[in-house]
Parts: sequence; structure tokens; C-alpha cells
Amino acid sequence: MSRNTEVFVIGGGPAGLSAAHVAAKLGAKTLLVDDSARVGGQLIKQTHRFFGSSNRDAGIRGITIADKLQQDISEVADRLTVLENTAAVGFYHNKEAGILSQNAYERVTYQAAIVCTGATENSLTFENNDLPGIYGAGGVQTLMNVHGIKPGQKILMVGSGNIGLIVSYQLIQAGVEVVGLVEGMPTIGGYLVHASKIRRLGVPIHTSHTILKALGTEGVEGAVLCRVDEKFQPVPNTEFEIKCDCICLAVGLTPLIDLFQQAQCRMVHVGELGGLVPLHDSSMRTTNPDIFVAGDASGIEEATTAILAGRIAGARAYETIHGKSADADAIVAEAREELRTLRSGSTGERIRWGRERVLKEAGEC
Amino acid sequence: MLKNDGIITPEELTPVLPPLARLEKGPVAIIECLQDIPCDPCVSACPTKAIKMKEGITDKPLLDFAACTGCGLCIPKCPGLAIFVINMKHTAGMATVSMSHELLPVPEKGQEVTALDRAGKVVGKVKVVRVINPPAYDRTAVVTVEVPADQVNNIRAIRV
Amino acid sequence: MTSLRIEKHPVLNFPERKTVKFYFEGKKYQGFEGEPIAAALHAAGIKTLRHSPQKNRARGFFCAIGRCSSCIMEVDGQINTMTCITPLKEGMQVKMQKGHGHIKP
Repeated sequence: MSRNTEVFVIGGGPAGLSAAHVAAKLGAKTLLVDDSARVGGQLIKQTHRFFGSSNRDAGIRGITIADKLQQDISEVADRLTVLENTAAVGFYHNKEAGILSQNAYERVTYQAAIVCTGATENSLTFENNDLPGIYGAGGVQTLMNVHGIKPGQKILMVGSGNIGLIVSYQLIQAGVEVVGLVEGMPTIGGYLVHASKIRRLGVPIHTSHTILKALGTEGVEGAVLCRVDEKFQPVPNTEFEIKCDCICLAVGLTPLIDLFQQAQCRMVHVGELGGLVPLHDSSMRTTNPDIFVAGDASGIEEATTAILAGRIAGARAYETIHGKSADADAIVAEAREELRTLRSGSTGERIRWGRERVLKEAGEC
Repeated sequence: MLKNDGIITPEELTPVLPPLARLEKGPVAIIECLQDIPCDPCVSACPTKAIKMKEGITDKPLLDFAACTGCGLCIPKCPGLAIFVINMKHTAGMATVSMSHELLPVPEKGQEVTALDRAGKVVGKVKVVRVINPPAYDRTAVVTVEVPADQVNNIRAIRV
Repeated sequence: MTSLRIEKHPVLNFPERKTVKFYFEGKKYQGFEGEPIAAALHAAGIKTLRHSPQKNRARGFFCAIGRCSSCIMEVDGQINTMTCITPLKEGMQVKMQKGHGHIKP
């Protein structure tokens, strides 16, 4: 079997949903596929209120933003088809791709593709890091906030970026005791208000510390932590044991880029963006002119910026099929201005550097 | 220090504390948001436009203590749960602290709860004097507790 | 052992679901229809889902989104089933697969 569409969106997280909504709203026949049972990406697990501008979703919970995006796409249902439990497995030449759902394979012919595959979680090397009871932060959120099951009774969090801090808070809300948070750097990586929030509920934050090993044989029974020096080397005789029945790793994300590589898009390694990302211009177009990118797949950031980049990609993808459009231009101009504001200031510094490097490589800066 | 352990030191807190003369006049907000992060819901939450950001959304919020009425509408809107309202004019020797509470159970008015400081250490038992939890607050209750006046900037959470 | 199911949550509501029975290594358990098999096992306190083929190390749930293959098990005779994304059904037979698993003729 084969399907025909104008815009083909891969991934139904904040970037993909926004891209599909904009493309369909402007008038393009759009198909969105997502490999999970329910679109919304990571937003469906976010119980906390979002930062950002109150003009766009700040102060409301991630789960509510997911509902809003689903409402948006339902309004353009006449032009937009959504396939859940469906994975895009590869691109062919001549604007064709393969999708797989419940062991049934189909081909999709498209005019422009927008790839919003998101990211995958990083792991960390330490003794026994493969024991049952050691989970990625996304896995913990899925288990707890989607399926309503606690990962354990006592958890150790590794990583003090926003994900580590926020998931610690969510764990407390779910009734799990967070026995500590470990961070190798001398300072907390995420927003300090999130850190204060868990600290005042009694979670010790161990900066300049690392996890040496997990204890247990068939499952986690504890962990050994120690202090690290400025070169991140363990300081002898500073080891101590902490009792816990699970360990959560929140040590960063890496863009999911297999599809871009398979489609022979030029890739560039930008540390500030989480690793290899497809080279793209300010329209979110990759070096393959029919393939766009948005969201974490274009560099690790967060949901609000993913929504805005998705809107840009959706508008520009529409234009490659239907020609120049004043409405599309207006959407792009508005999204660019919002992105500029969100990325300004000292906390947006690394992202700005990373984004500038990509645009420079693309010859735009 | 805040950036090392998540605990705001008294020195770090000083710039956001209301002047003594303002405390004499009754309830006032303290915005414990000390980092340039891209966030501004508090600005639009304030009915008297007392919260401003000079350099735009990534600036720190600046509270005009004279314009702040201590109404507390900004408390549940802060994604960082970093806004508190203190009232030094509660009763003789006693003050109140109002804060966000997003954990179960939500306490009831009159209930005795355990007060915690910025490090999560138990300070003592305190009485809940008000709980506001309307649908508009979207499951972030605002709880006001009665505390000894000298603990007003030390108590920052409760355990029910 | 205290249940790992979240009874009450300050922000989320978990809808009522139908209880179904299933079998893990031949023993009867209960879970909710449609939740991932690995989630039902986790709630029942089962954290070891298999052992690695070469070093015989215990393996559990990890990514929860069908990416990492840590949770593969034999489900109704089908080996290499990603239990973190496969919905639970009434009467399912879930087994730890031995080694790389055996495809039945």
C-alpha cells in the first residue's frame, strides 16, 4: 500500500504537532506519524508549569500544553491525518519514505518532510550501571506520570540539569523519597528555582560529586558516591554509601538523527546542541532541500522553542509546495522574534552559540 | 550558596527583601528568583503592575514594593514556586508566610503542620491560617501559615 | 511490600481501568488492561525481566519508549517482544527469554 501527502511530519511531540498544525492550517495536505500510542511527545509527562513568555504557554503545565496542541490539530483534521503507533523507518530517493505500523509496511510519497524525532537519553559509565532499577529520567516520567506507577520507594537522582531537578520534584509529588541528587560540576546546571524547590523539601544536592557504583546483584540496593576534584577525578577517601532501590539518570540528551543520516543530510557536531545535528538554515531546512528539521533533533533545547521551530518548519515546508505566502511569512517572523527573546540573556548563551555555529556552517551568519 | 546547593543565603536574599518601612504596612511579596531565566508569568499575574522586567523576559523580576498590595495572585503563577507573601502585621510577635503547595495532602485551615526551612530542616509546628485552592489556580494551592516573626524569612515549605 | 501504584496525585488523575490477569513464568498476576506489560510487572514488584545472553547480568526496564531493548521478553511465545510498549491483555503468558530466545518452529 502507499499513501500520498504534501507535507510528511515524522514525530508528534511539540515540534511535530506544531509543524503539522501550521502546514495544514496554511492549506497543505499533511500526514503525521508517531511511533508511540499517543501523540504529545514528552509533554504528556510534564506535570510542572512551563517557563517562558506568558504570550505563549508559560505558567501552564506541560500536560495542558499537550492538550492545547492536540486541540489545534483536531481543528485542521480535514487536511491532517495522524497515525499513532507508526514509525518512519527510512527515506527512499524521489521523495518517498517507508512507515511501519503493527507489522504492516507502507510507502509514503511526499513533497516536503519535516523530521521531529526528538532525542534519546544519555547514560553514564559506572560500576553496575546495567542493574534493574537504574532508569533514564524519561523512563521514570513515563512509568510515573503516564502509567501511574512509582519507579521505587527511594530514588537517587544523577544530574542537576532542569530534567534532573524537575523529575526529582515530580518524584516527590508521586510519593517517592528522593534520597539525594548528584552533580559532577561544582554548580547546579538547571534553573536555581527548581533546585531550591526540591532542596526545601529535604533533598540533599551533592555538587562536585559522582556515582562510583550501584550496589546490588538482581536490583539496586544502594549507591556509592564520592567527591570529585576540578578535573572530575574521584577524591580518595571521600566515598560514602547511600541506600536506595532505584537510580535515575538525567545526564543529558542526544539528538535522534538516524533518519537524517540515512537521507544523506550533511551533519555537523555541535557540543552545545547535544552532538551531531543535521545542518540547517534559519528556515529549518536541511541540506536535503525536501527535508526540514525541528525540535530536539535539531539541537537539544526545550518544548517552547521546539514549538516555535516547528511552526517555522511547517510554514516553510508549506511554501516549498504552494509558493510564497504572506501568512507563512508572518508565522515565521513571529516565531523568530519569540525565539530570539527566549534565547537572550545568560541562561541562553550556550544555545545561542550552538545555533550561531549551525547557521554559520549553513552560510547564513 | 544557591548555585552550589540550592539554598539561598541571607546575603543573596537581601536584594529582594522589602524595606522595613514597607513591612510595617502589611503583606508584601518576596520574589526569590535570582537568576536570569526566560520566564515572565509573574509580570502579567500582578493586578497592580508592580512586577517589571527591565531588560525583557530573561531579566530578573523587579518588584515595586510600594505598588505591591501583597494580594498573592502571583504566587501560584510562578513556575519556579519562588514567590512568597509575608505579613509582619499579623498579630503581636507572629507573622504569616504564604506559599505554593503542590503536594498531597493539601492541609486545611486550622491544621497544624511541620514547617521546613530552605534546606528542608524541620523548624517546628505551625498553624495553617488560610488555604486558597480554586480551579483557576490549577492544582497549585496557596497555603498561609502563622509563624514566629523571626522565622518569616526562614520558613519556606511545609510537611503536612 | 508497599504497592508502587500511585493512588492519589496532586496534579494527575489516573482513570479507572479494567483489571486483567496474566502469567509471569507461569505464576498468576494482575494488571490493568492496555498498560505496558513491563509496567504491570514493575507494579507487581518484578524488576528483573531477563538475563543478558553472554554475562548473565540481570536486565530490567530502562527507556520505557521502545528504544533500548533492555525489556525484551517472550510474550505468548513471541520472543524479543518489547514489553515496555506492548499493551497487556487478559491471559498473556510472559516469560523471561533464555539466552537470545528460541523461535518456535
